[in-house]
Amino acid sequence: MREPRWFQWVRGVGLCLLTLFTVIPLYVMVTTSVKPLADVQDTFQWLPSALTLEPYVDMWSTVRLADYFVNSAVVSLGAAAFSVLIALFAAYAISRYRFRGRDAFRFTVLSTQMFPGILFLLPLYLIYATVGQATGIVLQGSHIGLIITYLTFSLPFSIWMLVSYFDSIPVDLDEAAYIDGAGPVQTLWRVVIPAAKPGIAAVSIYAFMTAWGETLFASIMTDSDSTTLAIGLRDYSTQSTVYWNEVMSASLVVSIPVVLGFLALQRYLVQGLTAGAVK
Amino acid sequence: MTVTSTASTAPPSGAEPNGSRARRPRISKRSVPYLLLAPALFFELLVHIVPMLGGLWMSFLRLNQFFLREWMSAPFTGLQNYRFALDFDGAAGVELFQSFAVTIAFAVITVGVSWVMGLAAALFLQRSFPGRTLLRGLFLVPYALPIYTSVMIWKFMLDRSDGMVNATLSDLGLGGERFWLLGNNAFLSLTVTAIWRLWPFAFLALMAGLQSIPTDIYDAAAVDGAGLWQQIRTITVPMLQPVSQVLILVLFLWTFNDFNVPYLLFDQAVPSSANLISIHIYQNSFLTWNFGLGSAMSTLLLLFLLVITAGYLMLTSRRSRNA
Repeated sequence: MREPRWFQWVRGVGLCLLTLFTVIPLYVMVTTSVKPLADVQDTFQWLPSALTLEPYVDMWSTVRLADYFVNSAVVSLGAAAFSVLIALFAAYAISRYRFRGRDAFRFTVLSTQMFPGILFLLPLYLIYATVGQATGIVLQGSHIGLIITYLTFSLPFSIWMLVSYFDSIPVDLDEAAYIDGAGPVQTLWRVVIPAAKPGIAAVSIYAFMTAWGETLFASIMTDSDSTTLAIGLRDYSTQSTVYWNEVMSASLVVSIPVVLGFLALQRYLVQGLTAGAVK
Repeated sequence: MTVTSTASTAPPSGAEPNGSRARRPRISKRSVPYLLLAPALFFELLVHIVPMLGGLWMSFLRLNQFFLREWMSAPFTGLQNYRFALDFDGAAGVELFQSFAVTIAFAVITVGVSWVMGLAAALFLQRSFPGRTLLRGLFLVPYALPIYTSVMIWKFMLDRSDGMVNATLSDLGLGGERFWLLGNNAFLSLTVTAIWRLWPFAFLALMAGLQSIPTDIYDAAAVDGAGLWQQIRTITVPMLQPVSQVLILVLFLWTFNDFNVPYLLFDQAVPSSANLISIHIYQNSFLTWNFGLGSAMSTLLLLFLLVITAGYLMLTSRRSRNA
């Protein structure tokens, strides 16, 4: 239909305001990351007095950024991989089988998503300690403990989203595979997974992002060998001088992997979100 | 997983002769879904359900630093922690109540503003024009950034009296010495930072919701002479209701439980005007080492969230039955 004049005005003004609100902080991040230290200590200037790449060099030595980066990568990739694998099995069961406890399981998994993390942080910490004492498996302050914790954070959404993806794949395909003698796992692997690839990709990046950005559990469950970026970036502000330019260059570098992944896959994420929201 | 596979493939040494014939295939079909669910269930139990029950139990204990190592033998004190947390004549009760009020205000404002901004942006970008894809991607960037980097940016902008926000305000003639991260200003800083990161999510969900509305409804309305504003009011907003309901509930639960933004923005010393409930519980648990009290507050928080969610579910199911 034809848009009235007033709407075009509202849209123009509205989009300008929203763009400014979004862009100004991003602009501050990018320009601050190439400013000399003197610039970030004095009154704020919109334009850098000089352009320098020093913050990008120095940020690695001011704090142990590389270690934190590796820790975050190990934990986030591990959590994403396990979360997706486990969600694939669970979603397949929910989508393809009618069994007792199906609704109870769905409800339980979904409801864990509304629990505030603070609620189970301490008990989980104590459970990990107790497990460690009893079995010698170190879950506290180790990568594996964080991986196990984080994989459950993305699990509900992953299962929810994959179920709606799997539901859209005709069951006839499964049955054909069964007739050819494939078992459930083979059917999942050969038939269902290939058809749900975009959903799996979107769920993977979601799981990765969840782990990459988590702060609360990382603040309690890491030690100096397992500190993740979320906690490690705070080191910059505990120095005698706050290197804001280095904070911003480090922030930019650690943001790039998730922003690129997210933008590449946002279309599929949207599909998953609406499928969930409409049901 | 290894346990099941070795158990099922190991030869049944010493099994009775008829046993092998009577046995069904190695995995009975009925157990397949349960086996598929087992890993998910195991980790959910380990990380969420069992610790939640543990937390409930701890809320009845006098659990402080002296009993932390032997937490299972901490003395049972019944409802004492709850009585202390809810004693509005005592310091803890007053603080809890204040923190609760701050959290409600924070969640309502953040979710409301995010929803309006998200809806506006979704409507503005509904029709294609040059640069639409670019704007769409741009608006999503704050949501894609890791939380700590977005909070760091805002912290830098709001930090110091000559930081970006203050410097710009005085350039515009609105200046004055102000410290945005202290006192009552802290609430505003917290809310703006949270909205900046959160509204793209509302935009994303509402944009997808808009796409599911068939266009011929608009055409029919236009034939009947409905103007654009009328169409938005009578078609778009009602048709977006299912998406909006889920969206608002999810956003509310997220912001209500937010820990990251205040923790990263203010470090340990969160001003009382921005002291969200999860920060309050964190301080009671990990700074003053009063874990029993922290657990009691957590349980109260959970009860509140359950009531909210149950109310929401009742409301939506009644509406869908009436529809």
